[in-house]
Amino acid sequence: MKKLMMATATAALAAGGAMAQSDEEVKIGIILGFTGPIESITPAMGASAELALSEINESGNFLDGQTLTPVQADSTCVDSAAATAAAERLVTTDGIVAIVGADCSGVTGAILSNVAVPNGVPMISPSATSPGLSNAEDDGLFFRTAPSDARQGEVLAGILESEGISSVAVTYTNNDYGKGLADSFVASFEEAGGEVTLTSPHEDNKADYSAEIGALASAGGDALVVLGYADSGGKGMIQAAADTGAFSTFMLGDGMYGQEMLDDLSDVLEGSFGAVPWSQGEGAEAFSTLVNDTADFDPDSSYTRESYDAAALLALAMQAGGEATSEAAAANIMTVANEPGEKILPGELGKGLQILADGGEIDYVGATGVELIGPGEAAGSYRYYTITDGTFETVEFR
Amino acid sequence: MDLLNALVALTNFVLIPAIAYGSQLALGALGVTLVYGILRFSNFAHGDTMAFGTMVAILVTWGLQSMGVSLGPLPTALLAIPFGILGCAALLLATDRVVYRFYRAQKAVPVILVIVSMGVMFVYNGITRFIIGPDTQSFADGERFLMNARQFREWTGLAEPLVIRWTQGITLVTAVIVVIALFWFLNRTRTGKSMRAYSDNEDLALLSGIDPEKVVRVTWLIVAALATIAGVLYGLDKSFMPFTYFQLLLPIFAAAIVGGLGSPVGAIAGGFVIAFSEVGITYAWKKVLTYLLPESLAPDGLVQLLATDYKFAVSFMILVVVLLFRPTGLFRGKSV
Repeated sequence: MKKLMMATATAALAAGGAMAQSDEEVKIGIILGFTGPIESITPAMGASAELALSEINESGNFLDGQTLTPVQADSTCVDSAAATAAAERLVTTDGIVAIVGADCSGVTGAILSNVAVPNGVPMISPSATSPGLSNAEDDGLFFRTAPSDARQGEVLAGILESEGISSVAVTYTNNDYGKGLADSFVASFEEAGGEVTLTSPHEDNKADYSAEIGALASAGGDALVVLGYADSGGKGMIQAAADTGAFSTFMLGDGMYGQEMLDDLSDVLEGSFGAVPWSQGEGAEAFSTLVNDTADFDPDSSYTRESYDAAALLALAMQAGGEATSEAAAANIMTVANEPGEKILPGELGKGLQILADGGEIDYVGATGVELIGPGEAAGSYRYYTITDGTFETVEFR
Repeated sequence: MDLLNALVALTNFVLIPAIAYGSQLALGALGVTLVYGILRFSNFAHGDTMAFGTMVAILVTWGLQSMGVSLGPLPTALLAIPFGILGCAALLLATDRVVYRFYRAQKAVPVILVIVSMGVMFVYNGITRFIIGPDTQSFADGERFLMNARQFREWTGLAEPLVIRWTQGITLVTAVIVVIALFWFLNRTRTGKSMRAYSDNEDLALLSGIDPEKVVRVTWLIVAALATIAGVLYGLDKSFMPFTYFQLLLPIFAAAIVGGLGSPVGAIAGGFVIAFSEVGITYAWKKVLTYLLPESLAPDGLVQLLATDYKFAVSFMILVVVLLFRPTGLFRGKSV
């Protein structure tokens, strides 16, 4: 008897949840690592995504006045099982139609294959950069507003070409990020005719990197490509290379961009160069203005722009499809993100929705200059810099 | 010319780093071997003793730097070493009073003292992290290079650079001075002789009127000095992080055991054997061989016996081989 009552109660609750869903309320899941290794940047990312949703709600133009409601969940960044469970809960219990997230590449892949694909829910990740996700089986449901590291590999290879360097040694931090970036760089550099003498991983947080540098020096090369972290092993490798006179020119990946390292090693790094993802232009400026006027987080914090764009794209895609469903969102993301159409900047989401409602076309520019390519990921623009007199000096954007 | 280039490459990437590292290990192993010889247990807390002494020296160095004191081209940390030794000695003597003396009075078997020293290790570990934190600290200042790559190339016209850092020079000179002082003390002074007597035969030493508590105190003082000097030199030459000092325990013990536990000469020899094996086995010999061999025989691969990630495995292998075939070590120390 007791069991029967429990079952009845549960059923009633579930039905209640289902009832609530049929409101004029459209739920968007925001799955980010609110706890874990990147918990310092996720609050601003979440706030940024919610900023886009509230801007849309205020305009009142979304699908004849329906409102978007954000539902947050924790991806933990590292625990795939916990992230999958959180996403599963959002889809089955909360009834979300689309996901902004996840953040780290590992959990993003897990949510994609375990939750998004089986349930047909589209997701846009603002920060997963692993090249592996480009080839993941996604049924056209996975997009990202952050560029893949495969793209960064191409950019780095292109920079070496401009610098006239044809033979390099590569060292990367021994994790998914370092390995993925090194693989994509080596592939595009060799395709362009360059020679990679040795690709060797390094561990972070060691006292001494002279042995690692010894092997790289033995292999030779005109420059050392360092794809690591500026506050850890990458810096140690550069220090050891300079100490033994093994290399004098370095090319730095995006993890190596940091003022602190430059201050410590300014004479060693003089004349070296590198690339870092960068947003520039009117979109980035409009976003800063918008945030400073209406919200209280730092618009320059990592991946806030990408988060805003991810949330905005989902809403615009549903508007273009004419209904608040997962299918409409997935089918129209590429259309609203790319040309042709009227350019839409941050703060103009209401205008974009109106154009779509009137049957027009838009090209969402957003805070990061969104341009989705290939399997639905940001082309990304990188700042190519050289180090001159102890400062990062921009050469160009590519 | 090729021969010279090969020699320079070898010196730059193998000899100089291995000599500096070997000196640091030797000083560490001397501390371990003294505790083993005189107090009769393997002191697992030695790595963290080094970390503690170095931490005190670093804090004093920062103080000196903020007061504007400097040694010109030499690192300021050299001035802070005596303070580091004092701090470390105070900690060791306090530990002896509170912990080890209790077990000594009970005539506890060595294996119990080993476990006790592991407990002490965890406590030191915590103290160091609590005070200075678990992160990497840099405290080297002064000139960095005795001779840098560009100077050497201009001077000799060779393709290969040879770089000598101040810290490497300082390490070697300090190690030589410390070792000479230690041997003079052990062989020529009354206290040193009483220590050796106590080590050889405890009962006989007690009968001839040697004060055991004094021997123990002096031993801890010397161990504090050796540990702090080894730690500061390692930190100057590489970098200071509490965890890496804890990891140093393995090569240090390997050095002491290879040389023969309880034998000071053995500790020094062991330090260099371990350092040269670690560096030599993980070095990629391609460059040197390319210079030496005729072109037809030049290697394609890196000629690297073990990847650098397996550096610690080298210490382990040597340790296992020595324990299997010559448990008393190269210099007939005590069997383990």
